[in-house]
Amino acid sequence: MRYDVAIVGAGVCGALIARELSAYNISVALLERANDVAMGTTKANSAIVHGGFDAVTGTLKAKLNVKGTALMPKICGEMNVPYRNNGSVVLAFSENEMETIKTLYDRGIANGVEGLEIIDGARAKELEPHISDDVVGALFCPSSGIVCPYELTIAATEVAVTNGVEFIRNCEVKSISDNGGFYTLGTTAGDIEATYIINAAGTHTDEVARMIGDSSFEVISRKGEYYLLDKSYGYLADHTVFQCPNYMGKGVLVTPSVDGNILIGPTALDVSDGKDSIETTPEGLSTVVERAQKSIPEVNLRGAITSFAGVRAHLASEDFLIDWSAQSERFINVAGIESPGLSAAPAIALYVKDLLKEKLELSEKANYTMTRKAPVRFRHMTKSEREALIKKNPAYGRIICRCETITEGEIIDAIHAPAGARDVDGVKRRTRAGMGRCQGGFCGSKVVEILARELGVEMNEITKFGGESKIIYERTK
Amino acid sequence: MRECDLVVIGGGPAGMAAALKAYEEGIKDILILERAETLGGILEQCIHTGFGLHYFGEELSGPEYADRFIEEIYKTDIDIRVDTMVLNVSADNVVTACNNFDGLLQIKAKAVVLAMGCRERPRGALSIAGCRASGIMTAGTAQKYVNLDGYMPGHEVVILGSGDIGLIMARRMTLEGAKVKAVCELMPYSGGLTRNIVQCLEDFGIPLRLSCTVVKTHGKDRLEGVTVANVDKNLKPILGTEEYIPCDTLMLSVGLIPENELSKNSGIDLDPVTNGPVVDEYRETVRKGVFACGNVLQVHDLVDYVTEESQIAGEGAAKFIKGEKEYGGYISTKGENGVRYIVPQRINKATDKDVKLYFRVGKVFRNVKLVVKCGDEIISSKKKNKMTPGEMEYVPIKLETIKALPENGVITVTIEEA
Amino acid sequence: MTKRDLICVSCPIGCAITVELDDNNEVISVTGNTCPRGDKYARQECTHPERMLTSTVKVEGAKLPVVPVKSASPIPKEMLFDCMEEINKVSLTAPVRIGDKVIENILGTGVDIVATNNAL
Repeated sequence: MRYDVAIVGAGVCGALIARELSAYNISVALLERANDVAMGTTKANSAIVHGGFDAVTGTLKAKLNVKGTALMPKICGEMNVPYRNNGSVVLAFSENEMETIKTLYDRGIANGVEGLEIIDGARAKELEPHISDDVVGALFCPSSGIVCPYELTIAATEVAVTNGVEFIRNCEVKSISDNGGFYTLGTTAGDIEATYIINAAGTHTDEVARMIGDSSFEVISRKGEYYLLDKSYGYLADHTVFQCPNYMGKGVLVTPSVDGNILIGPTALDVSDGKDSIETTPEGLSTVVERAQKSIPEVNLRGAITSFAGVRAHLASEDFLIDWSAQSERFINVAGIESPGLSAAPAIALYVKDLLKEKLELSEKANYTMTRKAPVRFRHMTKSEREALIKKNPAYGRIICRCETITEGEIIDAIHAPAGARDVDGVKRRTRAGMGRCQGGFCGSKVVEILARELGVEMNEITKFGGESKIIYERTK
Repeated sequence: MRECDLVVIGGGPAGMAAALKAYEEGIKDILILERAETLGGILEQCIHTGFGLHYFGEELSGPEYADRFIEEIYKTDIDIRVDTMVLNVSADNVVTACNNFDGLLQIKAKAVVLAMGCRERPRGALSIAGCRASGIMTAGTAQKYVNLDGYMPGHEVVILGSGDIGLIMARRMTLEGAKVKAVCELMPYSGGLTRNIVQCLEDFGIPLRLSCTVVKTHGKDRLEGVTVANVDKNLKPILGTEEYIPCDTLMLSVGLIPENELSKNSGIDLDPVTNGPVVDEYRETVRKGVFACGNVLQVHDLVDYVTEESQIAGEGAAKFIKGEKEYGGYISTKGENGVRYIVPQRINKATDKDVKLYFRVGKVFRNVKLVVKCGDEIISSKKKNKMTPGEMEYVPIKLETIKALPENGVITVTIEEA
Repeated sequence: MTKRDLICVSCPIGCAITVELDDNNEVISVTGNTCPRGDKYARQECTHPERMLTSTVKVEGAKLPVVPVKSASPIPKEMLFDCMEEINKVSLTAPVRIGDKVIENILGTGVDIVATNNAL
């Protein structure tokens, strides 16, 4: 079968584009080289929906950020993805930095950000009681928020698949040949034919573009390291607390997550050891803590439950590159989607759809949905809701993850959902099983057991995140 | 709502011993709630021997030790719910639990015994830099894979932490055909029993590297190696001592944490050192009618002591239910000069028995005096050849001593030069 | 004559014991121990060290695929791996009960391998 559109990369952009396109009478394939969606840039970032005062006025970044941030509550609502409009503050520690605050304010106004306010140190302290006494003032942005980036991607993929999009995992594109009128993508999952290609391959967009002879841009992988603190430290920050930006990025932030943890980070280092390097470093991690303590002195590692690193796809142009390739009439690049890429993603999806519309007729399907039913969340239920749920399906009465109170029923749902979980990390991202303070020490092997049972394979075929990430080997006896 | 004299949360060695003791003391309406599929708790996966030397005078394996109690429980009409997770214990002792056969359970208990055990400290808490590859797991998780599920968790192993579980797993993996390349211990001494160092490491030529830690993990999908380095007096890695060890598995045995989320959410005071509830000599928490024992109270190295402690809690719970537990003022206990904590943290002046004070020291001591005092008055003094953080110690206090102490008095256990 | 340094495992003190052995591996002297248990341990350890062996064997038809076993008493230390090979050959069928003999007189040691848990 020849698809009308092949989307390369199931990150937040690829998935939201797939969801958008799934409303039309075209055939779409969403190709992902990993064993699950959201495995690249989308997996590990600050999870912030930015107000939109950072990007230079007039850039695509600025335009799509403000638009995406405005769309975010709606699409999260439609798909039951956790989103919280918690607002943000950018702290200034000197009069010099107050100048930066002023610049950000002006830029925000020019970009169309609503509700921005420059506040003094006392007011900042009122908003965030745990910030440093050295704060002299801040930029307050009530429109910014937090979202769960991988749940957004998972939900968007589920909607797309429900509407008929084909999700193909473990499908790394190795070559593309143009047959005149359609492409053949040589992938690790076999040859795939498609008329149009949307290249949303994150840090690998330049490599994919080169496969059709487009070497107009190069993606620089920029690594950021983070710590996640236990929920018991959730009191430390309610708003997202930024520092004044410098030339490498937005500085280290302290923010609550939608699940009530505290996230601190990131560092910003151009990666030299391979594009997908997500190794944390001792230096990086200590930098994160030191810099976070500048904003909130009470931050400390006693509460750390995990650390991680993510990569961002940076372009020398400093702007998003979302356009038809100059090399081909049927190839769209979605490149350089670094911060505020997550915030912009809903707008990016619409923007790409409009680009595609220039060449491909998009007529709406008779039946489709843009919504996703909320997954069962036992931990958030009342007593009577729980009673009814267990009565309906006893699997919801069996707690697998003690720390986060996740039931067997929720794990089974995650596996059998459209584009469902195939590995332990996939279950973890969909259900939170293993995300608590014991980090899967107790439930890890039970999750392996359930995955094996539901997928009809042996326990030792289950991986942590696909590929060779085996958890156990041969039988002892 | 179901009513019950005694609800025991946890069917491991602590919960079983507490339930049996209370039963023996005349409390017949007992319910044990166990989250695993069988009674026995962590002992089910501890297939090595060495359990029961004190209590039974025999060298049993974990499942055998557990089975002695399981058999006793089956002889009684103690009610058991396995595969059942307790979600909440309210301030008035209503226990909420759920499973996939009863659904949501609510039980109003006259008394509750907390016996939830402990969990292993995970990797995240250590902040080891490096990759997200698979093959990094706690020693206990690896133990479950090998001993219960029957799968090899790896073939070339480095173990971080020389606690007993780590040492035991070094031997288990070796016997099953894996190569254990090193056991690294951050501290200058091992946290495990000497016997385990000899029989689990030395027997198999596995190097124990003291003052050494893992500074980085390597590998993309599955772990491919770790970088270890020596640490200085402040436990910071020493630059230039890094060494790369190829391995596909890193097992962590870096400490146990009492699992007190239920207790905390229920509003029960915890001791910041033990991470377990503050208890009196019958292991009653600050909430009347709620008792705690076993690893949820303090991390033990010998199950025999867990049994002993849990019988005390079971007896206390029975007394409470029968209205026979006396309350007077409290004497508090305190550790000093390297004595990290004392359990129980307080003693009822109205108590009716001798009390053993359990404690651990913070570092290795040789040829010292263990002194128990109240104010300036010395209650007892004993020479000790050696005390290590890996082994729990106790000192007995006589009932008449307790009776003679002033109310609000403080018993101090301290270490002095011999 | 040879010297061997041992750490006594009889109690938590962990005495550093030195044993002197003659050319026939007979004990000449034991020093460094603080009690008679140390002397006994050192002599045993230098002449014919023994260890308990625990492992699992395959079991069919039970809830779990393996059942734990132990040597009913200690076996010569140098035979641990040979005994493991024997243990790995065994396959049982449920039900297995605690104490069931799994291997009788393993490798002529006079020691039985017995199940240490039920597999039903």
